[in-house]
Amino acid sequence: MHSENMRNLLNSKEFKSLVRQRLWMSISLTIAMLATYFGFIGVLAFNKEILVQKIGEHVTLGIPVGVGVILVAWLLTGIYVVWANNYYDNVVAGMKKKLGES
Amino acid sequence: MGSVIQSSLGTPNIISIAFFIVFITLTLGITYWAALRTRTTREYYAAGRSITGFQNGLALAGDYMSAASFLGIAGMVSTKGFDGLIYSVGWLVGWPIIMFLIAEPLRNLGKFTFADVLAYRLQQKPIRIAASIGALTTVIFYLIAQMVGAGTLVKLMFGMTFEYAVIGVGIVMIIYVLFGGMLATTWVQIIKAVLLLGGATVIVVLVLSKYGFSPVALFDAAAIKYGDAVLAPGTLITNPWDALSLGLALMFGTAGLPHILMRFYTVPDAKEARKSVFYATGFIGYFYILTSIIGFGAMVLVGREAILAIDKGGNMAAPLLAEAVGGTPFLGFIAAVAFATILAVVAGLTLAGASTLSHDLYVSVIRNGQASEADEVRVAKIATLFLGALAVLLGISFKGQNVAFMVGLAFAVAASGNFPALLLSITWGGFTTAGAVASILVGTVLAVVLIIISPTVWVEVLKNPVALFPLKNPALISMGAAFLVGYLVSLLTHEEDAARKFEEEKLRTYLGVGSE
Repeated sequence: MHSENMRNLLNSKEFKSLVRQRLWMSISLTIAMLATYFGFIGVLAFNKEILVQKIGEHVTLGIPVGVGVILVAWLLTGIYVVWANNYYDNVVAGMKKKLGES
Repeated sequence: MGSVIQSSLGTPNIISIAFFIVFITLTLGITYWAALRTRTTREYYAAGRSITGFQNGLALAGDYMSAASFLGIAGMVSTKGFDGLIYSVGWLVGWPIIMFLIAEPLRNLGKFTFADVLAYRLQQKPIRIAASIGALTTVIFYLIAQMVGAGTLVKLMFGMTFEYAVIGVGIVMIIYVLFGGMLATTWVQIIKAVLLLGGATVIVVLVLSKYGFSPVALFDAAAIKYGDAVLAPGTLITNPWDALSLGLALMFGTAGLPHILMRFYTVPDAKEARKSVFYATGFIGYFYILTSIIGFGAMVLVGREAILAIDKGGNMAAPLLAEAVGGTPFLGFIAAVAFATILAVVAGLTLAGASTLSHDLYVSVIRNGQASEADEVRVAKIATLFLGALAVLLGISFKGQNVAFMVGLAFAVAASGNFPALLLSITWGGFTTAGAVASILVGTVLAVVLIIISPTVWVEVLKNPVALFPLKNPALISMGAAFLVGYLVSLLTHEEDAARKFEEEKLRTYLGVGSE
């Protein structure tokens, strides 16, 4: 291991920006999940009439919304995977290559 | 109404016994195969890191889809309607959190347990001891709930005595873990997940085939039979503070469950870890949607009265529905799958507990990190035997008691004792050993004490008139306190070494450089 290379990489703008981007991604997706779930719970606690509304003969709006929360949770993990597989991993691979070469 | 249907539930059923024997034979065969490939610690705790993201996704889902959640959620939907669906949603939302905050750094920094991540830059001994207290508390409460549930369910389904059921589950589970380690446990989990998802899918297809494959027609039938209220939110969420506190426990507790976290070490790298959460979230979400449809199907085709007549908790809704739509053979299949589910979940929990006892306490604390591979595996196996026997004893001694709160407690401890320290250690350079130890101890002790004096235990279990603490789940207070204490104590105790290592470990956290 070349500790000087590692130190240079650690202090590089590139690396710092990667760490910032990942943090931003993690935090915004976490907030999106919290907002979705607690939004759902909040409506149930404070204004459940919205979800009691009928959208069919008997079916309430609550049913598709409940299933929707499950789908949103999965979709958010999908967004993260697409971002990480296509962007994050490429940047990481580039940095590792540099680290190995010099 | 009120006509109780004829059911062969609770009597030994030749088909379920046959399916069960096939499952046991197959899984013991796998255990034998795995035992030949399990020598080193890497193999015993982490299946040699040979599991793919997709396989691990199934295994994670298997760990999470317990018999209690399959039978319990279907039962809750069948008796309470839409409220059961709301309840099930809460159990899923912790999964994306694991992916966004924990999975990749955990995989990159650790080796076998989540305590590895903390110990990477903090002082070994104090942090391992504290993390073990959090991990073991979580695992033992979860294990008691599963064992008592196992005895009760097996008794209901096969008519077997509670004690024999618990001992039987204990013995088979110990064989998996003792000889096959993580490799066998993972494959048992994968097979069970496939059987459970497949079985639930077949029930749903059979139910929907009676309604022209339209879920809306099924919901309409439920509303016609029991009134429109079954499709609307009922009394589940009345106190917003309770809902918030339980929501926090579920959301962040999932990311602090030792048996779930341990699975991330079975994949080769962070990319596979990430993929496995995506698959797991998809499988678990699909499973909860199926379970809700099964609940409504049971409500209409079996009837609430018949379900509640067999079990007050409604736990037999799914097996009764299986019998109603597929006859006795299908009931036999579903009963065998439920039993397989119990086995797989307790095996995963026992392995997580054993790895804490051996890797975190024996090797890192008692032996100062100086133990040979063979020695560590030997101690892990002794720990497995010990925990397996303990699980059987606790399961039997809690017979007939209300242990439903113990799963909620396990999540509260995971969210308060394990998760805050793990997250702070990954994200904050100023976090110190003293801060981490204080955070884990305060979170764990507060979660346990507050739940004892909460309405859940103080009133419902201990039968006192008024609870001393108002919330049913303590996570709002105990997790908040764990974060606060971890932050304040770290500010007061500067730790040069920990801060320096935090900078160094960044290459490993973010790039996976030097990961094992």
